Amino acid sequence: MIDATSLDLFELNRKIKSVKGRKIVINNVLGQRFIGSGVEDKKSIEIYGTPGNALGAYLNNCDITVYGNAQDAIGDTMNSGSITVYGNSGDATGYAMRGGLIMIKGSIGYRGGIHMKEYREHKPVITVGGCAGNFLGEYQAGGIILVLGIGSEDKVPIGHYCGTGMHGGVIYVRSRFRPKHFPPQVLVEECDEQDAKVIEKYVRLYAERFNADAERLINSEYYKLVPNAKNPYKQLYTNN
Amino acid sequence: MLLKEGTVRIPSGCAISGLISRDGRRINGSEIVKSISYMHERSNGLGGGFAGYGIYPEYKDLYAFHVFYEDNSSREETERFLDRHFDVVNLSRIPTRKHKNITDEPLIWRYFVTPLPTKLAASQLDEKEFVVKCVIRINTRIDGAYVFSSGKNMGVFKAVGYPEDVGDFYRLEEYDGYSWTAHGRYPTNTPGWWGGAHPFALLDYTIVHNGEISSYDANKRFIEMFGYKCNLLTDTEVITYIFDYLNRKQHLPLEDIASVVAAPFWNEIEDMPAEQREKMKLLRGMFASLLITGPFSIILGFEGGLMALNDRLKLRSMVVGEKDDVVYIASEEAAIRAICPDAENLWSPKGGEPVIVKVNGGVDF
Repeated sequence: MIDATSLDLFELNRKIKSVKGRKIVINNVLGQRFIGSGVEDKKSIEIYGTPGNALGAYLNNCDITVYGNAQDAIGDTMNSGSITVYGNSGDATGYAMRGGLIMIKGSIGYRGGIHMKEYREHKPVITVGGCAGNFLGEYQAGGIILVLGIGSEDKVPIGHYCGTGMHGGVIYVRSRFRPKHFPPQVLVEECDEQDAKVIEKYVRLYAERFNADAERLINSEYYKLVPNAKNPYKQLYTNN
Repeated sequence: MLLKEGTVRIPSGCAISGLISRDGRRINGSEIVKSISYMHERSNGLGGGFAGYGIYPEYKDLYAFHVFYEDNSSREETERFLDRHFDVVNLSRIPTRKHKNITDEPLIWRYFVTPLPTKLAASQLDEKEFVVKCVIRINTRIDGAYVFSSGKNMGVFKAVGYPEDVGDFYRLEEYDGYSWTAHGRYPTNTPGWWGGAHPFALLDYTIVHNGEISSYDANKRFIEMFGYKCNLLTDTEVITYIFDYLNRKQHLPLEDIASVVAAPFWNEIEDMPAEQREKMKLLRGMFASLLITGPFSIILGFEGGLMALNDRLKLRSMVVGEKDDVVYIASEEAAIRAICPDAENLWSPKGGEPVIVKVNGGVDF
């Protein structure tokens, strides 16, 4: 148990690394960055409060749970382990993520999963219970992003310009409406059986963790966004 | 010798925070200092500053000039200019306390003034335009003098240092205001100096800005056609003048100004209902040179309100929350929770979506 009141990011992270046991509970967290970065052994870290940017950056093995909202760039370049947030998360959630699982109960900001990538068995996954902002999966090179849109069933739960620069991986979107307005390098497709299995696996994990109705979520319509290999990304940034 | 803005480029983020009581209740300056201090890592000690509104109720009908002087000769020259153009009702040094992290301070003076009626009449300008002309004249013509705050019943306090140290230096716990903004600087292109710290102010408009605008030269060329002088060579200054020009001179409502500086993309405009589409086309056409590109999150302070705005691609973070009569805006949620642990309705405005908060719904201002 660590009380983070008035500890700066260096003091707090030193304390976390010095804990011998498997489980760490941190109270009164307020804006301290890089929590969980550089922790070598497998630990479970429970956070009460509002952790700072780059929570779980470069994460290896650890399981982080946040009882509150997370700020920007959580799971930046994380390799393995998990980050679970009982709230919302800010911009660039899962920035350049390389492995592991991020589950957000609520919504995420702009640029979720920007430049996430995969290599063989290292396949990162981001599950978002609510909505995702513009530029979801920007420059995505691998991995899976799943957006459930819970509570936003009357609209497409992702913003504009999703998948800009996408050249790998997949984005699944639970929506009654076919998502529109994509850059030419993104294809919108119906899901097949293989997709349904992947969706079911991660929906069940989400439902179990956040006590949601798994069957209702599974028995919904999903679309998938994949890169269009025939029309690769050629432009530096969006048209204005 | 320290090189000033524009004489050196340092390729290298920032923190902003703001709060406002919708009831006009005055809140102590120590609150905003505490808020910004929780984003210490976003600054690097090369600039911090604050704007407080409603802080000078005893002089609320007078323009409060806050001035930096490099030496006494620039002060004497400026005071002669002020005496020729204004009735100076009160003048004093701005009270500060010695702080180990705040050094090399210039002379920092405050004047409560009102334009001399004869001078004002002879100028054939309205009062605010007269004041603006005088401020620009001092900042351009008098070497070593810089008026960094010039509105009524408000004031800017800024320095080189971390914002929490700057707040302590200026003894902000001795001021109460209905709204406050704060900035922690991490200069990306230019060295930090006192005049280059945020907020940037003209009359009651103040800007705190996190980001770097890539349209600076285009914006500067346009705005300087209307008598403004961008003499600090730093991008934020031009944003302040754009708001003054569009709001005070062109009488554009703040919502429309947001559509000029963070204009919707053309493909989004094509999808709008006809009337809105035509309006957006008109705004983009009329003020094409005032489109601000590049990353920014800004808080505009003005008499009776605040406005927060992100660039349309939303390349910077911003969170808004509220509790009772107070609305909080900050780069990070932690900076809001620091002073209001049970803040409600936290949300992140979309790129180009303005958040405008006015005291008493704008009725009394």
